[in-house]
Amino acid sequence: MKEILDAEVLVGHDRLDLEVTEAGSADLMSDVLVFCKAGSLLLTGLTNPQVIYTADVLDIAAVIMVRGKRPFPETIQLAEKLQIPILTTKYILFETVGRLYTKGIVSCIQKVDETRDIS
Amino acid sequence: MISHETLIYENSFPVEGGTFKNAGRISTRVKALLKEMKLPREIVRRAAVISYEAEINICSYAERGKIVLRVTPKFVTIEAIDEGRGIADIELAMKEGYSTATDKIRSMGFGAGMGLSNMRNFSDTFRIISEVDKGTRLKMIIFIDRDHDRV
Repeated sequence: MKEILDAEVLVGHDRLDLEVTEAGSADLMSDVLVFCKAGSLLLTGLTNPQVIYTADVLDIAAVIMVRGKRPFPETIQLAEKLQIPILTTKYILFETVGRLYTKGIVSCIQKVDETRDIS
Repeated sequence: MISHETLIYENSFPVEGGTFKNAGRISTRVKALLKEMKLPREIVRRAAVISYEAEINICSYAERGKIVLRVTPKFVTIEAIDEGRGIADIELAMKEGYSTATDKIRSMGFGAGMGLSNMRNFSDTFRIISEVDKGTRLKMIIFIDRDHDRV
């Protein structure tokens, strides 16, 4: 993943062997809380600590910050404490999603109205 | 019915309103506590999401509030009680997409108008009582032994 996205690992150097098959992306954490599944990747342009709190409650595997966004120091501290890896990539969201998709990462859900599966 | 059951855990966590400084801290704690109690992973996740949505609401809209967590062998109960502006039209507030969020709340990544309906979806029973200019009380229960037949 690090190579596919030319990403920099900011938190979680020791957890780079993590296996991930699904992902979701949004800048609104309100939406992430509705659709993001446990064990999936979260792609976002938001950098505040609430991204990490959101990832924690949802059991999200790792956070990828797009468009070269760098998190606030308090976001990094929190991610270290809660052991949630953060990667940052200079690719924009659309390019990031495309690159992951072609490597076999699929959406955590395809359409919001077809299921209310919250697992 | 809960009062007749053995209480395994009960605690009330104060939540600071009107600021996002610590928004999420209580829910992360709620999650860690439930995990320590060795509850099923899915139950822990649902309770954490409910608590987090409630916590974000208090931080967004209320002066102050609290989240009360109760655990019995059969239920996880989360109550969110706040002193705030209250909700005039609950039916409207429950509607997905309806929001009174300010730009500040939205810039933090919240205020999409999904919170209340999401809390209802993640819980087995959901109750909301609100009085304008007084505050709002939410009570959500997750049935521990009925995880798999929930609709």
